[in-house]
Amino acid sequence: MLQEESDLSLTIAQIVQKLKGSNLYAQLERQAWACLQRPEIRLESLKEDIKEFFKISGWEKKLQNAVYSELNVYPLPNHPAVPPEHLKEPLVYMRKAQGSWEKRILKSLNSMCTELSIPLARKRPVGEQKELLNKWNEMGTDEPDLSLFRPVYAPKDFLEVLINLRNPNYENGDSLSFRTHLGLIQVPLKVKDIPELKECFVELGLNTGQLGIDDSTQVPPELFENEHVRIGQKVLAQQDSAAAQQYIRQGSPTALRAELWALILNISSQPEDILYYEQLKTNVIQHDLLVDSLIYKDVKLTASNDDYYFVFEDYLYQVLLCFSRDTSVLGHFAYNSASPPKSYIRGKLGLEEYAVFYPPNGVIPFHGFSMYVAPLCFLYHEPYKLYQIFREMYVRFFFRLHSISSHPSGIVSLCLLFESLLQTYLPQLFYHLREIGAQPLRISFKWMVRAFSGYLATDQLLLLWDRILGYNSLEILAVLAAAVFAFRAVNLMEVTSLAAAEAVLADLSTLKVMPLLQIFLFATVT
Amino acid sequence: MSRVLVPCHVKSTVALQVGDVRTSQGRPGVLVIDVTFPGLPPFELQEITFKNYYTAFLSIRVRQQTAGHTLAKWVTCLRDYSLMPDPHSEEGAQEYVSLFKHQMLCDMARVLELRLILRQPSPLWLSFTVEELQIYQQEPNSPSVTFPKWLSHPVSNEQPAPSVEGLPDPSRVSSEVQQMWALTEMIRASHTSTRIGRFDVDGCYDLNLLSYT
Repeated sequence: MLQEESDLSLTIAQIVQKLKGSNLYAQLERQAWACLQRPEIRLESLKEDIKEFFKISGWEKKLQNAVYSELNVYPLPNHPAVPPEHLKEPLVYMRKAQGSWEKRILKSLNSMCTELSIPLARKRPVGEQKELLNKWNEMGTDEPDLSLFRPVYAPKDFLEVLINLRNPNYENGDSLSFRTHLGLIQVPLKVKDIPELKECFVELGLNTGQLGIDDSTQVPPELFENEHVRIGQKVLAQQDSAAAQQYIRQGSPTALRAELWALILNISSQPEDILYYEQLKTNVIQHDLLVDSLIYKDVKLTASNDDYYFVFEDYLYQVLLCFSRDTSVLGHFAYNSASPPKSYIRGKLGLEEYAVFYPPNGVIPFHGFSMYVAPLCFLYHEPYKLYQIFREMYVRFFFRLHSISSHPSGIVSLCLLFESLLQTYLPQLFYHLREIGAQPLRISFKWMVRAFSGYLATDQLLLLWDRILGYNSLEILAVLAAAVFAFRAVNLMEVTSLAAAEAVLADLSTLKVMPLLQIFLFATVT
Repeated sequence: MSRVLVPCHVKSTVALQVGDVRTSQGRPGVLVIDVTFPGLPPFELQEITFKNYYTAFLSIRVRQQTAGHTLAKWVTCLRDYSLMPDPHSEEGAQEYVSLFKHQMLCDMARVLELRLILRQPSPLWLSFTVEELQIYQQEPNSPSVTFPKWLSHPVSNEQPAPSVEGLPDPSRVSSEVQQMWALTEMIRASHTSTRIGRFDVDGCYDLNLLSYT
């Protein structure tokens, strides 16, 4: 009992400390001062009366949403003696692996900097600033010479690092034994099997209505769709984050999706947020970063070439360039195994007062990074709103897809989950692909790292991302990857090379996500 | 609950294995760590904290001082406490753990010696142990100050002063003033931890290369 009470007090104290610096705290304080004028507030019972007022006016709900958001995102240490690096990543060898991977990226960026003789950052001359401000809304028309730039790394480089990840305390014998993993990932993380996944994703079951299945044209809308939309509108009226998260597990109606995602991510666009975005825009105009060229190159190579997303090219620049300048993103490194790159002002090497992070948000984009933003452009049309949603999605989910950690939603666990599911439930296919030198992870890795963005049709992708938000976990990406292999198993059994296997799985744009997931989890005979 | 670190001597681990340690093929699955408290009187144990390193199950035996002159016996106070839910996988393998007095099977008064028995049944791991072992006892209570009787029991048989017409009730005013003072103290004591949001140093963001440390 004592232990639970002290845990709870520790949790409460930490959440209060975190919320004290937020906008909500200032707003609540203002509201409390303003309501002192009201007749029902008396000085003897000041605390209770103000609490009652908050309950009636809806402010308690907002506070509830903020606390729920903190609990979802921020892992609280379960032990007071835990050092901060343990919170980032508990396993020492994974921290070391992430550290050496980061060093490689920094070396690559530094060498690009010296080879091309371009500074990491420079202040723009006034004329250039004016020019950029004028064409802020059409940066896509700019055609700078990006031929010398190359992306810092691509997903397949990252995959090689993960394949070579080893636990020094683990029996990594060279000879094949019961200990060797047959897939590419060789670390023994705990992953769920299908019975556990069934329990976890119970709302995706055969007896529960789903958007993506039960809203197809053959099914009359009175059976499920109408009622589901009605409940969605009620959830939005209540403005309750936890209820919205539960609701969206069955999918979100297209008309309500933008508001539901904002409610779940606890984003409300206050005037301060719009000002903050404008401040970031000013930062972009004042300073030019090398990272900007990497962003330009990435957008031109990926989103601009995509049939669905090329129309949003300008939005992507507006979001990603501002994202690089946003120092509030540095907060997520407390629970991310990665660390932001550091540098010093020229001439002040080693002096801590002149140490800065580069880029200001600590995130170096890789090839395909802009695809995290592209699908969101379908939902949000004001740049500041789009920006807020993307930033929150990144610090909650997407950062886990490109850093080495033991978290159940981290990319290492997702890869191991995919390989275990395939090996356990499609053993013939797994064995065949392995024999022809086409390890399945080599094909599915790029899907998972991008959260399937750019591979699925947009409406299907948004249904998938509904579930990511609803379950607050990325495990569904690994399950979908295994389900895709199960779906194309017959064709895959006939191929005889990695290239042919890639060709079978090259086009996923016709796939329907929810039936695949449902069949794989609930309707496959094991 | 305040606690005080007890200086202890942790002996090196001893593997329990049948047969000769050097010649047999397998690795030991049971290790024993003895913890002694040289030069200290028997104390009441409050808390044990450590960092796990791939130990799956932990048992603790304690030797307590008995009343009279009978020989102190070993008693099991924790049996097969699971540190790793799945001994074959990494979950819980490097976590920080605290064990409290109320989780033990016997009372922890008058502790003389502790023996930690570590078990790791999975053959996948090359070694296992617990690190950073620390033992805590409860802080002895500070002696209470005795107040003079007239301070702690104010005499209440004085006649209340006659209330003057038109003035508010003095006790009500004083309670309101007290509450306002408490509120101002709270506001003064709280401080926020917001970041300012600047990424440059005095407007300058002219950088060297990225540093590797």
